[in-house]
Amino acid sequence: MATVRIQHEDFDAAAEAALLTRGRTDAGAVVTFTGLCRDEKGTLTALELEHYPGMAEDEIARVAAEAEHRWPLLGATIIHRYGRIRPGENIVLVVTMSSHRQAAFAAADFLMDYLKTRAPFWKKEIRADGSEGQWVEAKDADDKAMERWKGAVGSRD
Amino acid sequence: MSDQKLKLSYFAWVRERIGRASEEVVPPQGVRTVGDLIGWLGERGEEYAYAFERPAIIRAAIDRVHVKHETPIANAREIAFFPPMTGG
Repeated sequence: MATVRIQHEDFDAAAEAALLTRGRTDAGAVVTFTGLCRDEKGTLTALELEHYPGMAEDEIARVAAEAEHRWPLLGATIIHRYGRIRPGENIVLVVTMSSHRQAAFAAADFLMDYLKTRAPFWKKEIRADGSEGQWVEAKDADDKAMERWKGAVGSRD
Repeated sequence: MSDQKLKLSYFAWVRERIGRASEEVVPPQGVRTVGDLIGWLGERGEEYAYAFERPAIIRAAIDRVHVKHETPIANAREIAFFPPMTGG
């Protein structure tokens, strides 16, 4: 069973990975992915992440269950932050643990692709002058990234 | 169906355009699917027309599970409308 947390507070990626592997001798691979708030144009003060409380937890748990169905995972932790997040700060954490690296890498990749298109979160830009900017638009590239998992290993699609 | 009281929730720019985060409605008979509901809401006023001006891009969830526009709304307690997601 994956651990899923939706929180405003920051997280410690190394500590979360250590928590997952503690006391285990059967895990051969842990993949840790951290998504950061980035400011490409130097105009962003922060992102305001809105989410759908309740559904965010449920949907990420469903996506995690799908990953556990597809790959032999020994554990997984997913943390997604909400609220105001500044450039350079953490937004999302995915940790996957398996006997072998292929499953851990693939599951982490899959989880991120699915989170981007299915987890009910929306980003709004807060500009340098404090004014509200635009809502970040969903990218076709993210939809395509998710599509590639259909019909893939272990797929039920 | 005609007495079905539904909680509607709105997120991101759908919420901003409508000007509220949630409300309760009783849709008329004939509103059977999520798509029907979007069509009905879109005629409730300028703010709704603006929020639902491009119905095809609006995403929906019934009782916190993603659904398609063809999905029937019978037995739904809460229906949420929102733009394509941009988390991660």
